Amino acid sequence: MSCSTYYAGKTWIHRLDPRPRILLCSVLVFFAMLSWSPGLLTLLFGLSLAAAGFARLPVRALGKRLLRLNLFMLVLCVVFPLTIPGELFLSWGPLSFSKAGLFKAVLITLKANAIVLFFSAWIGTIDLFSLGHALHHLHVPGKLTHIFLFTVRYLDVLHHEYQGLVRAMKVRGFRPRASLHTYRSYGHLVGMLLVRSLERSERVLAAMKCRGFTGTFHPYHHFHFHRRDYLFCGAGVLCTVLLGVLHAAWQVTS
Amino acid sequence: MEGPVAIERGSLMHLTEGVAPLGVAVGGGILALAGVAIGLSRLKDDQVPRAALVAATVFVVTSVVRLPLGISSMHPVLCGLCGLLLGWSAVPVYLVCLLLQALLLQVGGLSTLGVNTVAMGTAAVGVHLFFSRALKRAGDGRIFFLGAAGGFVGVLIALACWGGALVLCGGSFLVLVKAALVPYLVLGIVEALFTGFVVSFLAKLRPDVIA
Repeated sequence: MSCSTYYAGKTWIHRLDPRPRILLCSVLVFFAMLSWSPGLLTLLFGLSLAAAGFARLPVRALGKRLLRLNLFMLVLCVVFPLTIPGELFLSWGPLSFSKAGLFKAVLITLKANAIVLFFSAWIGTIDLFSLGHALHHLHVPGKLTHIFLFTVRYLDVLHHEYQGLVRAMKVRGFRPRASLHTYRSYGHLVGMLLVRSLERSERVLAAMKCRGFTGTFHPYHHFHFHRRDYLFCGAGVLCTVLLGVLHAAWQVTS
Repeated sequence: MEGPVAIERGSLMHLTEGVAPLGVAVGGGILALAGVAIGLSRLKDDQVPRAALVAATVFVVTSVVRLPLGISSMHPVLCGLCGLLLGWSAVPVYLVCLLLQALLLQVGGLSTLGVNTVAMGTAAVGVHLFFSRALKRAGDGRIFFLGAAGGFVGVLIALACWGGALVLCGGSFLVLVKAALVPYLVLGIVEALFTGFVVSFLAKLRPDVIA
């Protein structure tokens, strides 16, 4: 497990300031969730594919993610036509599949895929430490960003400790089975992990107090706008206005 | 659960990306913000490293620990345990865990972060309100059973929130909620046993950790 796993790269998207990226992503996802217009959702899906292309997202990793998502969407494409009444497109024995149900399932599939691609391209390309600092600069409460950054900092450490404990169990002949012994062993493993985490947190707090910690989180990573960020903000505002106009023009009731 | 039952890992516990319409997502977001605000107000500055280390432990355990279950296996949920350790502070901790799960493991979703935080946070706080006081006063004989009950009740509350949120997303999802009832029951029993063992272990080594 790598705590900084994200879609790394050196494209123009990666070089942008993370703050306007987070805001633009929020706007695009907002319209994807708000709209039930097939035209607008298709446009947003196209934009999300373009963003994924510009960010040069790894095809294999993204493909696995989209495959898992679309397997669930396939379930919806079966359930919705069975449960939403309307004109039938297929009848099989006692089962009747409606066009309206299939149409709604397809729209939700477009929404979900667009949202995943937007988040992967705009947020997935920010490394976690920069994301934490960007959220702090976007006025997310200091305690929350503090928890976020500390959690990210200690993920690898705790995963390493977990692996050590599991290795110790295995060399003593532990084999996981569906049994009380296995659940007790894993329960004690997690208990041990928690005890070590709590003791580590006490040491961390003591170390911070020795260095003058008074409760305020001081971010050390600051961002500065370059010309490309101003251009990006301008393009983002234009995109927001355009999407608003298209949403109003193509609005349908769900 | 993994294997033939779950299609997407986490689909039984968390709402997937894109499933929630805007109203449900925004409503969930507002409730989550309220819960996070209460949680942060009760979290002293000195307790932030503790909350973060518990968040990291919960993330690691729910991602890599797999409890065998016949031909399948399941990841522990830990919402009950989180509530017993952190109380109301479990809500911001779950927000961070779910954000990281969505970013690193692609489980759950960012658009459904608010709703998922409300579900897990409600389960954690519910277990804290029902069981924390009794657990602090319990003798050795009752600790395991109280911990197990906390784990089971946590899964029940999470089921109620997840099912309720899905039905709000659309009446057609009721079929999925009904199909998930039996897996959730089995998940609840295993979670109960697991939480009981964890709480018994903590009571022997660090009885002060219950919030």
